[in-house]
Amino acid sequence: MSQVGGATGRPAILVEGLTKSFGEVHALRGIDLSVPRGTVLGVLGPNGAGKTTAVRILTTLLLPDGGRAEVEGYDVVRDAAAVRRTIGLAGQSAAIQEELTGRENLEIIGRLYHLSWPRARSRATELLEQFGLSDAADRSAKNYSGGMQRRLDLAASLVGQPRVLFLDEPTTGLDPRSRLGMWDIIRSLAAGGTTLLLTTQYLDEADELADEIVVIDHGLVIAAGTAEELKGRVGGDVVEFTVPDRRRMADAVTAVAKTGEGEPHADEDTGLIYVGVGGRGSDALIEAVRSLDAAGIETRDLRLRRPSLDDVFLALTGHAAEEEEDQPSGRRRRSRSRRRGQGQDDARVTS
Amino acid sequence: MTAVAELAGGSGAAEPGLRTRAGWAITDTLTITRRNLLVWMRVPAYLVFTVIQPVMFVLLFVYVFGGAIKVPGTNYVNFLMPGIIAQSAAFATFGTAIALAQELKKGVIDRLRSMPMARSAVLAGRLVADTGRMLVTILIIIGVGYAVGFRFSNGVVPAIGMVLLATVFGVAICCISAYTGLAIGDEESVQAFGLIWLFPLTFLSSAFVPIATMPGWLQAFAYHNPVTYVVNAMRALALGGPLEPDLWQSLVWIAGIFIVFVPLAVRAYRRAS
Repeated sequence: MSQVGGATGRPAILVEGLTKSFGEVHALRGIDLSVPRGTVLGVLGPNGAGKTTAVRILTTLLLPDGGRAEVEGYDVVRDAAAVRRTIGLAGQSAAIQEELTGRENLEIIGRLYHLSWPRARSRATELLEQFGLSDAADRSAKNYSGGMQRRLDLAASLVGQPRVLFLDEPTTGLDPRSRLGMWDIIRSLAAGGTTLLLTTQYLDEADELADEIVVIDHGLVIAAGTAEELKGRVGGDVVEFTVPDRRRMADAVTAVAKTGEGEPHADEDTGLIYVGVGGRGSDALIEAVRSLDAAGIETRDLRLRRPSLDDVFLALTGHAAEEEEDQPSGRRRRSRSRRRGQGQDDARVTS
Repeated sequence: MTAVAELAGGSGAAEPGLRTRAGWAITDTLTITRRNLLVWMRVPAYLVFTVIQPVMFVLLFVYVFGGAIKVPGTNYVNFLMPGIIAQSAAFATFGTAIALAQELKKGVIDRLRSMPMARSAVLAGRLVADTGRMLVTILIIIGVGYAVGFRFSNGVVPAIGMVLLATVFGVAICCISAYTGLAIGDEESVQAFGLIWLFPLTFLSSAFVPIATMPGWLQAFAYHNPVTYVVNAMRALALGGPLEPDLWQSLVWIAGIFIVFVPLAVRAYRRAS
């Protein structure tokens, strides 16, 4: 592969002032991105924030209205064919044909990348092995589990050995175990030097996988930085607890309101309440315990924690990351993000 | 990679020449065709639709309606077969509309378009595969027709001509279906509307009964229906008789359908998201 495409210092993905409207809807209102070679950018935002539109423009599926975008030095409008030879795209919409076997799917995609038949076959075998699909290789993809289908989809995007890989919500709808499996695969791709742009609405996913994160809301980049930098923006720690008796939620919010630096956030469904307390850490915690006790409110899991990206999102946008989503999935995500601690440290070691 | 190739490609990975790209357009189309045919063979429902349904139509018309329908100059089986072949070729394109709408909705078309393959191959491969499928249907119907008494009586070359005319007509209808599938882009709606327009088009024609038996107001439509021209020409090719005006008129109609619907289908495909 020729590396003439861009000087070494040039970012793998460069986006300047990108705009796109669909009629009255301004999907992108001037986005700037810069992704250095071999790094992972997490693009974070709720449904309809403009993430998918940005990916569609970068993968030459959609023409922008204004601004420009380059992938490996190739303009996505003028050098679209060169961009397509450089990138891979995988996402929630499985590109696999369910009636065909895993092997047939990959072989056909190999042929569409203009590999010879023998090369398409050997590439398919390689990828099936790499993604733990060898045993299921000759079964119809219809009988694959959700996680296996997603892995096959990702394998398909790697047939052409892309230098830049776009993953559009790669774990949306997966069960927790498959999700962790995808994370491992994505980490190993990043470790192999592939530049990755990953969109997600899961804050913990961006936290786990991305070197840099941009937060998009209503078609604008509203924050950018590492996960730690973004958490620093919330300004300090968070006191969090659950109220088992939902009728006492309002009283609990009142009790901790004067302790917090902002409005306490309460989730009626889970009984979870949390509030930012700035740099006052354990003093604030003691104060919260006293006022809750004085009000006679029973609490569970009362603790002081470092801010999560959920808090960042709330602080930046004034609304929760997944408020458009239905409640049950929001609950699932929250319970996941609470047991994130160790995985996060692993991610730091590998990256 | 040679130095020349690198220079020709400017600053990036070598841009392939026109000859290479034309070659890719063909191999990519064949790859997509292969993929579509593999899928077709794996799904029992598709096989039922392309094989069993047309056979049922033949048996239904020959044995149920046939006894009550009098046709001038020949027996009903001979009259019916060209008509039912044209009708089945047209109905087979329902599968085209469904498949394209499905691929669009599932994001398959998007994924294929993000690859360095020829963009025309998705549509071209679909048409080639569905033409092959249509040809299989036509040959099966002719086989069943022979079993129930149909005979070509005008020689081998005109008989092949009839099959060709039916196929070209089917491909033209296929372009309309491809357009509707891509323009509607939603499988359920295509299920509902993809077949409905084909009923009046094929039944209000000379395909199943002599037009003279229809009420006067309907005759006006039926005589000018392109399906009538195609079926009349097919009948002349299969059974003998005057071919001239119907053949030219049907070819003009078919050309007209291509001229209108190929660009429409291509545009719908380009815009599809």
